[in-house]
Amino acid sequence: MSGPLEPLFDVEEMELSFGPQHPSTHGVLRVMLKLDGEKIMDAKPIIGYLHRGTEKLFEKEPFPQCIPHTDRMDYVAAATNNQGFVVTMEKALGITIPPRAAYIRMMLAELQRLSSHMVWLATHAIDLGAITPFFYTFREREEILDLFEAYCGARLTLNTMKIGGVPFELPDGWIERCSAFVDSLPGHIDEYEQLLTENRIWRRRTIGVGVISAEDAIEWGLTGPPLRGSGVKWDIRKVFPYDRYDEVDFEVPIGANGDTYDRYLVRIEEMRQSTRILRQCLDRLPDGPIMAKAPKVLRAQEGMVYGSVEAPKGELGYFVVTTAKATQPYRCHVRPPSFINLQALPVMVKGLLVADLVAVIGTLDIVLGEIDR
Amino acid sequence: MTDEKSTPQPEKKPVSEPVQGNEKPSTDQASEAVTVNEEAPPKPPWEEKPVPPVHEEVSDDPDVNALREKIDGAVLAAESYAGDVTAIVARDRIVEACRFLKEDRGFKFLVDLTAVDWPEREEGRFDLIYWLHRFDDSKRLRLRTCVPENESVASVTAVWKVANWMEREVYDMFGVIFDGHPNLERILTWEGFNGHPLRKDFPLEGIDTGAAIYPDVYPEGGGPLVEEEGGA
Repeated sequence: MSGPLEPLFDVEEMELSFGPQHPSTHGVLRVMLKLDGEKIMDAKPIIGYLHRGTEKLFEKEPFPQCIPHTDRMDYVAAATNNQGFVVTMEKALGITIPPRAAYIRMMLAELQRLSSHMVWLATHAIDLGAITPFFYTFREREEILDLFEAYCGARLTLNTMKIGGVPFELPDGWIERCSAFVDSLPGHIDEYEQLLTENRIWRRRTIGVGVISAEDAIEWGLTGPPLRGSGVKWDIRKVFPYDRYDEVDFEVPIGANGDTYDRYLVRIEEMRQSTRILRQCLDRLPDGPIMAKAPKVLRAQEGMVYGSVEAPKGELGYFVVTTAKATQPYRCHVRPPSFINLQALPVMVKGLLVADLVAVIGTLDIVLGEIDR
Repeated sequence: MTDEKSTPQPEKKPVSEPVQGNEKPSTDQASEAVTVNEEAPPKPPWEEKPVPPVHEEVSDDPDVNALREKIDGAVLAAESYAGDVTAIVARDRIVEACRFLKEDRGFKFLVDLTAVDWPEREEGRFDLIYWLHRFDDSKRLRLRTCVPENESVASVTAVWKVANWMEREVYDMFGVIFDGHPNLERILTWEGFNGHPLRKDFPLEGIDTGAAIYPDVYPEGGGPLVEEEGGA
């Protein structure tokens, strides 16, 4: 890492295709790199290997049957995907959900956020050579998946929210089990931090890597932790509260430098805040029905509605166009946070080394199922 | 799995949450003819019929009015629906309007850009939707413009960099051409894909999607699924 050197030999730009089968690209992302030695001169993400035409399928399904398709977009955060769709449809149909349903949804969403951040931390750390956090985070993630399984029977593709509420009442003992888990979480998050936060190798690999300024982050449309890591205090749960997020108390952590390390700190703090929200939800869980009195066959009217939620990766928006008396969306567009966040990859990696590309892909926390839809 | 269940959870200590007035979960099932007793205390909104949002003309939105004044003939109409304001903008003024809204009105963030296909519509087949956000007061504004088939629209990539992939996606899925886009290629499907999948006349299955990536295996225009004359 010294100053500019005179090249000893003739240097030619090399093109390198990184992925789509590379384990550290988190799926089927392919990045075409232009390299000068090991320095990245240009990067071009190539996507679409997982395109399944989800938006086309939405147009052919009645509203409630669209929800399973949302599970399969961001497949490590199915609950927040469900939530985005049902929140949008409730806005379009004018349904108000009962408070108990909203609290159950919030608990599921925060558990999902924790589990998504745990997957992120595990894979991000493995990409940078730290294998141990994987075993720690997956231990807790397993418990979260067990909680999901106890609630709705599924562990990954949950399909656990309905337009107008939630499909199931909490099973016996679930609250106690969740409560014990939530109590144990701060200690576990401390463990993750002990492994990484002050770790010299971790700091060298992440501080100053993949820097993006707040202005650039806004210009490139980043949302979620990548935007907050650059110091923009913006969270859909605060700005446009959905369900009952306006009734719980939590902080929106922000970073200062917009580098990989700050985004790491932001996500760790978000996990702590999720724990806080979960604790409040468990303490205040109201009684009452879990479904609003919505008609059995949902019929929309003509109009365009956009609704969004704070998914673990950023703002997940659904744009639904409905026609009069229709039982299915005329058009349903998804604004996937990973798709938009990935677009900033070339600006973030220009001038870095190939090994840092892996760090930046990890810190963007992309899921290809959501990018390609 | 019925929709409404009576909620049999054990009686909790009084919740700190101000719960709705009446907690009679068991009456859920018998509520078909519930309109009879009007004197009962007002029901919470989740037990009422859904109240769908209504379309309203908008004439007092400061941003839309500023756009009206600044650029003559840019705003064709404005309406609000479900709490969101939509301004319908003339197609040839869209870049001007976006730049004005970004630079003078603070809409620095383009949340989303997408299209809707209306094959039968007279004024033009595609609707382009621009969804803008302002951080200062968290205001969102939707611009809508109409693009006829086989015509193009100016790209807003020069206004917001994020529009790049969004416009590529619209091009890929709908075939709308954006003039001045630096790199307008397909993004989710492959080069040589036959058709634009989100158009309404693109069927769910059975179409030849072309396979130009393997020209030596499949003849031109003959994809794996083609069955009629000239198939692979």
